[in-house]
Amino acid sequence: MTVAVDLKNVWKRFGDFIAVKDVTISILDGEFFSLLGPSGCGKTTTLRMIAGFDLPTQGEIFLHGKPVGQLPPFKRDVNTVFQRYALFPHLTIAQNVAFGLEMKKVAKPEIEERVRKALEMVKLGNKGNNRPAQLSGGQMQRVALARAIVNRPEVLLLDEPLGALDLNLRKEMQFELKRLQRELGLTFIYVTHDQEEALVMSDRIGVMSDGLLLQVGTPAEIYNQPNCRFVADFIGETNFVNCHVSSVDAASKMAHVKVAGQFDVHAGSADDVVAGKDAFLAIRPEKISIHLTAGSVPESHDNVFDAKIVEDIFIGTDTRYVVELAGNVRLAIREQNMSALDATDPYDVGTPVKVSWDSDSARILMS
Amino acid sequence: MATTTLTKEHKPPSNPVIVWGSRALWVNMVLCFFFLYFPIVVLVAFSFNDSKLSSQWSGFTLKWYSAMLENEEALTAFRNSLFVATCSTILSTIIGTMTALAMERFRFSFRKLYDGVLYLPVIIPDIVQAVALLAFYALVLEGLNSLLGLTGANTLRLGLPTVIFSHVSYSISFVVIVVRTSLRDFDKSLEEAAQDLGADEWTTFWRVTFPLILPGILGGALLAFTLSLDDFVISFFTTGPSGTTLPILVFGLIRRAVSPEINAISTVMLTMSIVLIILSQWLQSKSARK
Repeated sequence: MTVAVDLKNVWKRFGDFIAVKDVTISILDGEFFSLLGPSGCGKTTTLRMIAGFDLPTQGEIFLHGKPVGQLPPFKRDVNTVFQRYALFPHLTIAQNVAFGLEMKKVAKPEIEERVRKALEMVKLGNKGNNRPAQLSGGQMQRVALARAIVNRPEVLLLDEPLGALDLNLRKEMQFELKRLQRELGLTFIYVTHDQEEALVMSDRIGVMSDGLLLQVGTPAEIYNQPNCRFVADFIGETNFVNCHVSSVDAASKMAHVKVAGQFDVHAGSADDVVAGKDAFLAIRPEKISIHLTAGSVPESHDNVFDAKIVEDIFIGTDTRYVVELAGNVRLAIREQNMSALDATDPYDVGTPVKVSWDSDSARILMS
Repeated sequence: MATTTLTKEHKPPSNPVIVWGSRALWVNMVLCFFFLYFPIVVLVAFSFNDSKLSSQWSGFTLKWYSAMLENEEALTAFRNSLFVATCSTILSTIIGTMTALAMERFRFSFRKLYDGVLYLPVIIPDIVQAVALLAFYALVLEGLNSLLGLTGANTLRLGLPTVIFSHVSYSISFVVIVVRTSLRDFDKSLEEAAQDLGADEWTTFWRVTFPLILPGILGGALLAFTLSLDDFVISFFTTGPSGTTLPILVFGLIRRAVSPEINAISTVMLTMSIVLIILSQWLQSKSARK
């Protein structure tokens, strides 16, 4: 597969503030790539540098192998969908969508045809003569999308395009965006702070924090094998327990750690884990299971510990427990309520239980 | 809200300080309006008065308006005023809009200082600016005359061109203020969107920025036009014998005799100013709503 966008050691400084620190990514042709992170993490600046609104202080950006880092936006074959739509209020919807084609001096009849098709694609075929102010937020976002894709850009950049929409509309638009991306086979670079949105839509996710690109991977990789505490914490819910690394097996990427000086845990390890150092054991609440007796623990679960239920909260789809292990180690656990009978769960507060997980479901992280 | 005010008003008056206080406020308001508008009402009313004396009413007439239209001096002055206003408006709108764009969009050295200096003409008394401009023109004209070797009838003198430049220097500040307001509300991502779609800076300005700030620019232009039409002090100081504008003509007439014809001319000027100001306000509110 060819690389659509290549960022090589890109830095961006605004005065004393460093917005993007040494980011290197290769985004593939036809890929739905998300940049995920909290506000101020540098994801929007990275996108703006690909679009050309900000120029990198250092490093180079390649579009299909061609260096474009210092080119103005109108000389790059990328198009952007803005968070606040940025539709031209003095033009009609059709004129808005035609803008890019007019700039490229496409022949009039072809412009009309392509505008019509683009508006139909976003289900706004009958709104061509309206003004942006007459449309709803969701419709304006669809116009912004049509205005970008009508140019058939090499890469489509989307800057939190669903941020201004309400929840239901957002879910609907997520699927529509994904559908469009598959149909057109376009490369999408999608900036969001919403981890669920990134997980649902992306082929790959790059997690950013404080200007740094922390990890790039498929949604499953990011979720199941985070390489640092920030990634594990930002995406989903995670228990973090202080531990001390006893030994690391580099070949299988597994490690043995001692928790609270009391018990040994076997878990997958991030690349930078070193024996003899303090680290974190990270484990997701839904990966731990609770049993009344040791006999009902599945064979695959190689970590089994005694615990006591200290909290028990029913939240509809699941029940959330907090258990306490030896050495005052507390873990949150989610158990799905598979049957209505689960409402009368056997794990009352104070019940002594066994908790267990398989070693692949837990991670040892250095930072 | 409405109900609370109603109940308050219907409460029996209790505290005499409040009762008399609110009555005094009411009287104050009436007096204010009286002082502001009564002289204007009198002026307009007596322009229709069928008597040469401005102190007594003796019936309705339009003869002062027809006298005005037959007065060659008045018509010339009116044409001069329109010419000065049109020229100075075009110049100050172009320069003012460009200045406003530079101030809002670019960071350059001494920007803060320039920002302050720009608004000085709004604060400086007209008379000070008039004297300063007169001194400046005297210097420049003398220099030009000796440089070009002009003598006698050919010498460059004060006249309509100097009035135009004076009005430009005065109204640029007002244009800048109005245009900057519309630029400040301007969503910059619209310009980014245009560039993203392949428009260079020049095309972006004419296709996106300019149409969107046009109401603000027109508002500024109308304000400049009104200021130029109404200006007396600066015009009086910087014009020559050939360049009489309407306010200067009125001033000259009133020194000879107070004639109802002056009332007629003033009423026409008043109407024009009011229409222009309303237009300018409307355009500005239109650009603010975008």
